[in-house]
Amino acid sequence: MATATVQLRPRVRRGGIRGREGTAGWVFVAPVVVVLGLFLVIPILMAAWVSLSDWTGKGSPLSSKVGFVGLDNYKAILTTDGLARSDFMTSIRNNFYYVLLVVPLQTLLALGLALTLNRQRLRAKSFFRTAYYFPSVTSSVAVSIVFLFVFSSSGVVNAALAKIGVNGPQWFADPRGILQLLLGKLGIVDANSPPGALTNHSVLGLSWWDWLSGPSVAMCAIIALVVWTTAGTFMLMFLAALQDIPVEVEESAELDGATGWQRLRFVTLPMLRPTMFLVLTLGLIGTWQVFDQIYIMSQGDPGKTTLTPAYLSFTTSFKSFQWGQGTAMSFILFAIIVALTLLQRWFLRDRSDEAPRRRRRTLARGGTS
Amino acid sequence: MTTTTRTPPVPATEAPRRPRRGTSRGTVLFYAVLLLFAVLYIYPFVIQLGTAFKTNVDSTAHPLNPWPSHWSTAAFRQLADADFPRWFANSVFVTLCVTAGRVFFDSLAGYALARLHFFGRDMLFDAVLAVMAVPGVVLLIPKFLVLNQLGMYNSYSGMIVPLLVDAAGVFIMRQFFLSVPLSVEEAARVDGASTFRTFWSVVLPMARPALITLTILSFQGSWNELPHFIVSRQDPKLNTLTTGVASLVTGQYGSGNQYPLKLAAALLMTIPVALVFFTFQRHFTRGGTEGAVKG
Repeated sequence: MATATVQLRPRVRRGGIRGREGTAGWVFVAPVVVVLGLFLVIPILMAAWVSLSDWTGKGSPLSSKVGFVGLDNYKAILTTDGLARSDFMTSIRNNFYYVLLVVPLQTLLALGLALTLNRQRLRAKSFFRTAYYFPSVTSSVAVSIVFLFVFSSSGVVNAALAKIGVNGPQWFADPRGILQLLLGKLGIVDANSPPGALTNHSVLGLSWWDWLSGPSVAMCAIIALVVWTTAGTFMLMFLAALQDIPVEVEESAELDGATGWQRLRFVTLPMLRPTMFLVLTLGLIGTWQVFDQIYIMSQGDPGKTTLTPAYLSFTTSFKSFQWGQGTAMSFILFAIIVALTLLQRWFLRDRSDEAPRRRRRTLARGGTS
Repeated sequence: MTTTTRTPPVPATEAPRRPRRGTSRGTVLFYAVLLLFAVLYIYPFVIQLGTAFKTNVDSTAHPLNPWPSHWSTAAFRQLADADFPRWFANSVFVTLCVTAGRVFFDSLAGYALARLHFFGRDMLFDAVLAVMAVPGVVLLIPKFLVLNQLGMYNSYSGMIVPLLVDAAGVFIMRQFFLSVPLSVEEAARVDGASTFRTFWSVVLPMARPALITLTILSFQGSWNELPHFIVSRQDPKLNTLTTGVASLVTGQYGSGNQYPLKLAAALLMTIPVALVFFTFQRHFTRGGTEGAVKG
């Protein structure tokens, strides 16, 4: 279609209209170009400069009084011993555990909800879909406040736990890591006096014991909130993909004698692979950017266990006026997100070509492998 | 999207998996699980609604019971006396500007990228795709730097202008315009309509479904926006609902247990989005998946 116009139009009306169309084209895109340029491209360049400078937030970062410090800001948060590095590494640790729990949980929940809602004879389908999706469209501020109440020490969750005789924790005041708690409960490690082997050796400014803490109790409440809110969006994506799977494919598998589990494992899931990739990528990108919930619910407390790089870069710049370090953190976060997305793309592409096709063939041959 | 037209499988081998009647144990269990999740999803909102009408003491004494033992509108009266109306007005103003701007500028650019031939078009489209991939949170501090430099910090313009266009919206509109038959425009051209006229009176009216989707996404997005308003203003007078209500939690009321007040504020800010959601549900679900399929 496009090629046809390219050939046709200049022949029908020589020169002029193309010229005018070119002008019109640029006029049409001008607002978008100007706004994106001003508030996206230039900011990145300016932040790149600030991350290499010692600007303290006073006056213009471009003035001659601001000094160029090279990679000092990056060194302070990556290689030099000190509070800046241990805070940044703590935020990376926290965010890592957050990603490790949120991404699989939200994907599984979304997939599970989508698979159940996709059943042909489901009653009240649209009611369930609405219920699961609604939290995704509401404001993160509003939803966070609701969860602050739900998880408050005299809140809904603890009241429910009390009914079954469990004494719930003070969710947003409890900095204990659940991995450490678990190790303590199992009697492997005494959480009050951790072994010297773990506390005396450190990597990047944090001891092994700190790295291995797991998400804190407070972080778990935030994780519950985020999984609860985001699963609905991803459920819709899975639902859309499920409805694109031709009926015949599943039917023929069924006629071949595949059980429900086999159909899911060898027919449905392989066909959902592109959506799975999308959901995992969006999940990874989103979870490394967690900001709103931290800003409203915990501000990095208790004991810095809900500090995340996005939130830390914000406070480092706006509260401590260490603009160089704050912007440097933004760029490192950017690099992490890009690297993980590329890694995941490479990882999933590697397997997506060969394996499922082979499996599907086995199944088609009537095998129940 | 709602109903799949799957014919039931040939009733041959596996009867137990697909029970004919809705009374088998498996089906009951299945619905029980679905309902449990529905409760998990709805109950927090029920609690929110009920607690907003409770007294402070009641809210902490009986958190599980959403029914207030003494109905109280104290929370709402307190909000009305405070800055809440102002926050609401700011949110409405900013959201209307942002939504109008996005719908207009995004469709202009989307049309140009789909239909007009101009130098650098493909490069520009690639740039739009690249922009969609830049994580927003990374841009927070950089955006502040530029707003400050331009003297737009702490002003409505600084809050609105950076949000006026969005790459995802441009992408959605472009995809839609690609699907409009060329002959429609040719006819207008032959009649001597200008490019803008062709766009405005011929093609744009045909794009109603896409425009509705974009309007709703923009409305919801800017109404719920928090980080941008944190870094683009400082003056409490410029608080939107998101930053204002957040200040209720993080600021002076943060330490106290004024849950009815906080939940009432959260409830009031949810109502407009909820109304739009329930009215345009179809478009919401479409937009959610449309915007997602990026590149």
